[in-house]
Amino acid sequence: MQPDFLIKLVILLPLLGAAFNGLVGLFAPAHRKNEGLIGIVATLMVAIPFVITAYLFAGFHGEAIVVDAFTWMKAGDLTVNFAYRIDQLSLLMTLIVTGVGGLIHLYSTGYMHGDDGYWRFFAYLNLFIFMMLNLVLGNNLVVLFLGWEGVGLCSYLLIGFWYKDLKNSAAANKAFIMNRIGDFAFLMAMFILFRELGSLDFDAVLAGGPGMDQSWINWTVFLLFIGATGKSAQIPLFTWLPDAMAGPTPVSALIHAATMVTSGLYLLARLSPLVLSAPSIMAVITVVGALTAIVAATIAITQNDIKKVLAYSTVSQLGYMFLATGVGAFYVAIFHVMTHAFFKACLFLGSGSVIHSMHHVEHELAHDGHGHALDPQDMRTMGGLKKYMPATRMTFLISTLAIAGIPLLSGFFSKDEILFKAFEFGYDGHLVGWFVYGVGIITAFLTAIYMTRAYVLTFEGESRWPHADSIHPHESPWTMTVPLWILAGLAAVGGYLGLPAVLGEVNWIHHWLAGETGPVAEFAAHTHVSHGMEWFLIAVGSLVAISGVALGWKWYTSEGIGFDEKLSVRFGGLYKLWKGKYFLDEAYDKAVVRPLIGSAHHAFAPFDKYVIDGLVNAVGFFTRGSSFVLRYMQTGLVHSYAVAIVFGVVLIIYLMLF
Amino acid sequence: MEITLNWYLTLSALLFTMGVLGFLFRRNAIIMLMCVELMLNSVNITLVAFSQYLGDVSGQILVFFVMSVAAAEAAVGLALIIAIFRDKLTVDVTKINLFKY
Amino acid sequence: MTAPILFFVFAIVALAAALGMLLSKNPVSSALWLILNLFCVAGLFLTLNAEFIAVIQILVYAGAIMVLFVFVIMLLNLSDLPDLKKVEWRRIVAFTMGMGLLSMLTFISANALNLAPNPPSLAIAAENGSVSNLGKVMFTQYAMPLEVIGILLLAATIGAVVIAKRKPV
Repeated sequence: MQPDFLIKLVILLPLLGAAFNGLVGLFAPAHRKNEGLIGIVATLMVAIPFVITAYLFAGFHGEAIVVDAFTWMKAGDLTVNFAYRIDQLSLLMTLIVTGVGGLIHLYSTGYMHGDDGYWRFFAYLNLFIFMMLNLVLGNNLVVLFLGWEGVGLCSYLLIGFWYKDLKNSAAANKAFIMNRIGDFAFLMAMFILFRELGSLDFDAVLAGGPGMDQSWINWTVFLLFIGATGKSAQIPLFTWLPDAMAGPTPVSALIHAATMVTSGLYLLARLSPLVLSAPSIMAVITVVGALTAIVAATIAITQNDIKKVLAYSTVSQLGYMFLATGVGAFYVAIFHVMTHAFFKACLFLGSGSVIHSMHHVEHELAHDGHGHALDPQDMRTMGGLKKYMPATRMTFLISTLAIAGIPLLSGFFSKDEILFKAFEFGYDGHLVGWFVYGVGIITAFLTAIYMTRAYVLTFEGESRWPHADSIHPHESPWTMTVPLWILAGLAAVGGYLGLPAVLGEVNWIHHWLAGETGPVAEFAAHTHVSHGMEWFLIAVGSLVAISGVALGWKWYTSEGIGFDEKLSVRFGGLYKLWKGKYFLDEAYDKAVVRPLIGSAHHAFAPFDKYVIDGLVNAVGFFTRGSSFVLRYMQTGLVHSYAVAIVFGVVLIIYLMLF
Repeated sequence: MEITLNWYLTLSALLFTMGVLGFLFRRNAIIMLMCVELMLNSVNITLVAFSQYLGDVSGQILVFFVMSVAAAEAAVGLALIIAIFRDKLTVDVTKINLFKY
Repeated sequence: MTAPILFFVFAIVALAAALGMLLSKNPVSSALWLILNLFCVAGLFLTLNAEFIAVIQILVYAGAIMVLFVFVIMLLNLSDLPDLKKVEWRRIVAFTMGMGLLSMLTFISANALNLAPNPPSLAIAAENGSVSNLGKVMFTQYAMPLEVIGILLLAATIGAVVIAKRKPV
C-alpha cells in the first residue's frame, strides 16, 4: 500500500477516535457508561497506527518520503502545507508514541474503570496521540508547532481532568502557562528562520540554516532551546512537571514521561545540523541539562510521594538527554528517549497500580470505620507490597534497575553512551565536556539511590499502613499488568539496539539515525578515545550504578523511613534546601506571579474599566449627542426637504461646471 | 436670424426655474404638483430640441416615456392628496408634518 | 422668417402663462394658466418638427392630466389659503437658490458648449419627427421599455384607485 495513504491513516485514526468518544459522550449521555466500547475504540485507534508504522518501518529503504496532504495557508511569501515526513527519526518516534501509547491506553481501561469521565479521558488521550503524531511526523516547523501546542493543550486538559478539585486546575494552569513561555521563544525562533530563509520546511531550514549569520544562528538555536526547556522541563521552566502529577497516573506515564516531554529533544534532533552550527549555545544546552539532572536528583531523594519521586526522576533523565544533545550526540539523546520511555512508563504505570491498590485500602479503612486519613501516594504508609502485588513488584524492580544503570539492562546502555560522549567531548578539547561528565556521574549515583529507596520503601519491609494485618491490597487486573510486563521486558532488552562502539560496529541506533542516510547529524570529534579508555569508563559507570543500588538497598531495608531522618541530620541545611525543592516555586511566586497579579489589580483592571470602556461609552455618548442636535432636521415639512434637494442639485451643477 | 439650440435651452431653463420656485413657495399641494408638471415640460422641451438638432429620434422617444411617467405620477399624487384631505381636511402642506421630531 | 416669430410668440406666452400659474391665488385659475402653458409648449414642439410629440402633448397632458387636476380641485372644494404673516427664512433661501440655478443654466446655454454646428436639413428633420418614423423606432429598438411603461401605468392606476378609495369604516 502507498505510504501516502498509510501515513494519513496513521495520523487520522487517533483523531477519529477522539471525535467518536468526544461526540458520542457529549451528545449521547446514555452511552457514557459503555466503558467497553469506549475503551476498545480508543485503544484500537492507537494500536492500528502502531501496526501500520511497524509495516512502514519494515519497508523503509533509507529515502525520506514526504507526503503533502493539502495546503494549510498561503499568505504573501509564506506557504505552509500539511506535509508529513517519513524518515528514520520520525518512524522511530512514531513507533514509540503509538507503541507505548497503545499500552498505556490498554492500562487506562483498567485504571479508569468506574470513573464518571471515562469517555472524556479517552477522547482527550486520543486527541493527544493525534497531536503528538503531528509533532513528530510534520515536515515543517508550523505543523510541528501545531502538534507542540496541541500536546500542551491535551496536557492541560488531562492534568486538570478531575477539575472539580481546584488544586488540579491550578496545576493544569501552571503547566500550560509555563509551556506558553517556552512557546513564545519558539515562535521568535520561527520568525527569525522565516525572515532569513523564507520558508519553514525542514528541507529549507536544514539546507539554508547553517549558512545564516552566526548571530542569527545563535539566537535561533537559543530561542529553540528555551522553547525546549518549557516543554521538556529543564531549568528554569521545570516546576510544572511535579505539579502535573495531579493528573491521573496513565497521563503522567504517557505525557510526562514517554512522549510530550521528549518533544524538545525531538525538535533539537530534527534540527541537528542547525544546532551544530551554534557551538556556544550547545555549551549552554549541555550545562543546563547537567545542572537540571543533578538538581532534580537531589530533590528526588527527599520526596515522600511516589509520583513526585518519579516526576523529579523524569526531569533528571531529561537533563541527561539535553546533556547528550549539547555535546553533539543527538542520536544518543533519542536512544535515551526510547529507553526512558520504556522504563519510566513502566515505573509510572507500576506506581499507578500501587496507588490503585492503596485506594482500595483507604476505602476499606474508611468503610470499616477506622477513620484514618491515608494518602494513597505516600510511601511512608506503604511497605511490604511484594507479598500482595507480585507482578507489579517484579516489573517495578526491573525498571528500577534499568533506570539506575545496572549493566545489561537498557538504561545502562543509553546512559553510559551519554556519559561516554560527554567524556569524548571533553577529551576532544572542550572542557565543558568534562564538567558535565562529572555532574553526570554524580547524578547517576544519586539516581540509583533514590530509585532504590522508592522501590524498597514501597515493596520491601513491613507494611506500615494502619491495620496492616487485616486489610490487604490486591494485585491489579490483567489490563494493567500485561502492559507492565511488556514494558518491563522492553526496559530489559531495549538497550541492545544501541551497543557501544567497543563491541564493534553494532550500534543499530547510530546506524539508523545518524548513518550516511540518517537525518540526525552528530558532532565529529577530532581525537577519539581509545578502546581501553572506553572499557574503563563502562566499568566506572557500572560501578557507580551497582554501588548506588547496593547502598540504597542496605540503608533502606535496614532502617526503612528512619534513614531519611539520618540524612536530614547529616546534611542539615542542604537537606532542607532539597526538600523545599530549592524554593523555586516560592521564588517564582514572589518574582513573577505576585507582581503580575498586583499590576493587573492596580494598573490593567482600571485601564480596562476607565480607558477602554470609557472609549466605547464615549462613542455612544457622542452618537446620542449628535443625534440630539441633528433631529431638528426632521421638520416633517415637504418644503424643507425640497429646499434640501434643490440645494443639492445646485451644488452638483456647480461642481460639474467648474 | 436663426433660432439656434441655445434659445430653446434658455427657455427651458427659465421654465424649469419657475417650476422650482413655484414648488418651494406655494403651500397648496395641488399647485405644487402643477409646478412639477411645469418642470417636466421644460425638460421635454430640452429633449425635443436636442433631438431636432442632433438628428437622433431617441430624444422624442424619451419624451414619450417621460410623458407617460408624468401622467402616472400625477394620478398617484392626486390620489394621495385626496386621501390626506379626507383625514386632515386641508391641502396646506405646512400643516401636514406628521414626521416632525 | 416665420420660424423665429412663431418661436418668440410661443415662448413669451409660455413664460407669461407659467408666471400666471405661479401667482394666482385661485387653484382653478392656476390650472387654466397651466393649460395655456401646455398649449404653447405644444406649439414649440411643432416648431421643432416633432409632430407626434406635439399632438401627444395636447392629448395627454392638456387633455387628460389637466382635466384630472381640475376634477380634483373641484372635488376638494378648496377655499383660498390665508396669507402668511411672518417672514420665513426658508423662502429667502429658496429664492436665492432658484436664481442661482437659473443663472447657471443660462450660463451653460449662453456659452454654446460644443453644440451641433450643422443641424440636419429641414426635410430630414421633418422626416425624423413623423409618426411613422417614431413608431418604427419605438416598436423595434425601444419595444421593451414600451412594455415596461405599460406595466408602470397599470401599477399607477391600481395605486391611485387603492389610495383614493374610501376605506370601509
